[in-house]
Amino acid sequence: MSKSLSINGKSYTVNVQDDMPLLWVIRDIVGLTGTKFGCGVSQCGACSVLIDGNLTKSCSMPVSYGIGKEIFTIEGTSENLEFLRKAWNDGNVPQCGYCQSGQLIAATSLLDKNENPTDEDIDAAMSDNICRCGTYSRIRKAIHKAVELKNKSI
Amino acid sequence: MSNIQQINRRDFVKLFGLTSTGIILGCNISSDRKKFIPTSEKDTFSPNLFVQIEKNGDVTLIASRSEMGQGIKTSLASAIADELEADWKYVKVKQAIGHEKYGNQNTDGSRSVRTRLEPMRKMGAIAKMMLISAAAKKWNVAENTCKAENHFIINTNTNDKIFFGDLVDDAAKLPVPDEKLILLKKVEDFKFIGKNLKSVDLEDFTHGTATYGIDVRIPNMKFAAIARCPVTFGTVKSFDKSDAEKVKGVERIFELERLVPPTGQFFGALGGVAVIANNTWSAFEGKQNLNIEWNYGNNHSFDTEQFQKKLTERVHKKGKLVPGSRGNVSSTFNKSKNTIEATYHVPFLVHAPMEVPNATAWFQENKIEVWAPLQDPQTARAEIAHFFNTDVHNVTVNVTFLGGGFGRKSKSDFVVEAVALSKKINAPVQVVWTREDDIQHSFYHATSVQYLKGSLDTKGNVSAWLQRVAVPSIVSSFKSMSDYASGLELNQGFTNNPYDIQNFRLESVKAEAHLRIGWLRSVVNIHSGFGNNSFVDELAFAAKKDPVQFHLDLLGKEKVIKGRSDYPFESKRLKNVLKNTAKIANWGKELPKGHGIGVAVHYSFYSYVATAVEVSVKNGKVKVENVWTTIDCGLALNKDNIKNQLEGAAIFGMSIALYGKVSVKEGAVEQHNFFDYQMTRMKDAPNIYVDIVEAMNEPSTGVGEPGVPVMAPAICNAIFNATGKRVRSLPLLDHDLV
Ligand code: FES
Ligand code: FES
Repeated sequence: MSKSLSINGKSYTVNVQDDMPLLWVIRDIVGLTGTKFGCGVSQCGACSVLIDGNLTKSCSMPVSYGIGKEIFTIEGTSENLEFLRKAWNDGNVPQCGYCQSGQLIAATSLLDKNENPTDEDIDAAMSDNICRCGTYSRIRKAIHKAVELKNKSI
Repeated sequence: MSNIQQINRRDFVKLFGLTSTGIILGCNISSDRKKFIPTSEKDTFSPNLFVQIEKNGDVTLIASRSEMGQGIKTSLASAIADELEADWKYVKVKQAIGHEKYGNQNTDGSRSVRTRLEPMRKMGAIAKMMLISAAAKKWNVAENTCKAENHFIINTNTNDKIFFGDLVDDAAKLPVPDEKLILLKKVEDFKFIGKNLKSVDLEDFTHGTATYGIDVRIPNMKFAAIARCPVTFGTVKSFDKSDAEKVKGVERIFELERLVPPTGQFFGALGGVAVIANNTWSAFEGKQNLNIEWNYGNNHSFDTEQFQKKLTERVHKKGKLVPGSRGNVSSTFNKSKNTIEATYHVPFLVHAPMEVPNATAWFQENKIEVWAPLQDPQTARAEIAHFFNTDVHNVTVNVTFLGGGFGRKSKSDFVVEAVALSKKINAPVQVVWTREDDIQHSFYHATSVQYLKGSLDTKGNVSAWLQRVAVPSIVSSFKSMSDYASGLELNQGFTNNPYDIQNFRLESVKAEAHLRIGWLRSVVNIHSGFGNNSFVDELAFAAKKDPVQFHLDLLGKEKVIKGRSDYPFESKRLKNVLKNTAKIANWGKELPKGHGIGVAVHYSFYSYVATAVEVSVKNGKVKVENVWTTIDCGLALNKDNIKNQLEGAAIFGMSIALYGKVSVKEGAVEQHNFFDYQMTRMKDAPNIYVDIVEAMNEPSTGVGEPGVPVMAPAICNAIFNATGKRVRSLPLLDHDLV
């Protein structure tokens, strides 16, 4: 049952059953704890990762699905994620911070697909991610800000 | 040698103004100090428990309260750093372990800044005084010719300066100055206090590197899940573990006894069947595959629908008179031509912090260590000592980041579980609750039913007010037969009702507990805020008056109510926030078709809040469009953080108003996860405008909670304004309005 996973460009060999959700493989077996557990049933987005660039709730995908694909987590880095991080900093977005890994990954996926999202695009892309602390208006502003930072840098 | 503890216990007690020396006895500060400040080198200056300065200039400040998203680490550190005249870039903040040497650490009741601001400022000021005297000695000049500025001590005559780090050795040899000599800075000289400081943890939060309880990893640790009886306090009759044992990764399965707390204190643990595995998911899967027969016990027949009916019947009859009532309500009603009455209902609610309850424990001979997201680490420590029969000094409680708390993580039941499991399996273990566990086995925010009756005189002013409240008491979780709300609970908006009404009568109505009752962000104020503000809106409508003006009239003449605390209630401050909110909301402006606006005011945790909400109603569905909030919380320590808190409180309050409901059938909670216990999401999120009253010379008061109680009534009042439909029972989901 030994499998090889590629996470943030690094390869890991894990020995787990096929149906273990990717979330728990990433957290408990690989040991990358930035990806969070919030609900386990695709309802909160805390466990969001990118798999071959597609936004995925890792709590609801078996590890077997990730084999041979590139998995990207909050421990990784990408151009859009870096602009988002800066914007998150500028806007002092997080409160408890727990949901923010998932929020940043979802926002990265949004910017990867849409260079200049409107408020409606943000509503559509970010509504799977719950923030119990209620930082939504800051997240919204920060996504716009990241676009601004990126445009300035070019 | 510099690493000498400079502070003795008497000084410590003095500095903290601790009234009971008892809680500090037996604690040898000097020998414990090294344990909580990891010093890589010995050359550090630690004038007190909260400040440590190293030779390279690094300043480590200790946060004695838990960080759960309210920004307390940053806030407390900024107060120390301001008085110290530190350069913020050298400042690091470390979370304190649970220990009596830090004074009370209970992170609850929006009181951390209120009670800790001055002591923390003194900690910074003392360190600064010692650095100044070290420099003065070096230069051989008088101390009053030296000042601290941005991490340097400056000789004001010569403009020579010495870096803080270079004074560490000398300062460490000096005695701690007398508290009487401490001179705190003036408001106008603040550098950090009252400004906008970003969270000190942003880097960690944006890189996934903050360690929450659930992220703790100890070598060779196990993971555990517990199946608990669906009915509160039910017990295991028998169980079949054969299917569960087949799950790969599952190692052990056994029954865990309920731990019953002694009367009056602690939380205990529910017990159940525990599954130990080598990863979280296998533990969850194992639990899922258990076949358990339960003894459901006394609470099996509990049904929230029936209970609501029962409470509704009761509030329509006379209740127990609460002291503080005045005038004669019934004779005024009899004389009045215009009386109205209404009954309001709030269901049970659950905190559902994004990080589920979890704890890691390692039980060893004479030594218990835990790592957990705890709001109240000292109670957890005492509770562990009690249940595992040891001295508190054998118990170490490490406080991790909290992925939200909202009152849930004040209860240490999940930590007690972890210790019990570790003791049994003789290894470190992390117990993780599933979201379903969290929603079905919490310490719930109590339901309430209240009945209100009011009368208007010929001028349309309120002449009498009768309020009957039925709300299961939090005290029931600590003492059986607590069937009425306690005085402390009623004092959250009921007995301390701010309205100037001649004839006022409050009655408390019996309400038994069949669930574990706890407290949730803003507690009983959720009920009083909803009842009071909804009813005032109904009265204003009956009186054909504008709700804002009606509220202002009701608050009456300027008055100061002393009460028993150091924070008197001042009606002018409540009126002021209301006027300001009306102004920023442009109250009275014409609204688009289908829109409505509502307002609510509430005084809680010694802070004054007024909120206006604009909703739109399209095809029978409500959307919250705009929220305007003003808070007067005295000295505003970190303004951007306060705004963030109030924005979050608006969202939290919206979740209560729109979706929040825990219902129970045959003793079991019916909701499971976020699909049936819903939350406000991005698509629902309104524009939120927060204004903070400039009150830098007033003491700081609560921030985390006071923004919550106004939301549900302001939303319902706005719906009434838009549609003429009055919602008296939460949530809106039950009325098909969302
Ligand atoms: S944990 Fe995966 S969506 Fe909530
Ligand atoms: S910041 Fe706490 S849940 Fe989003």
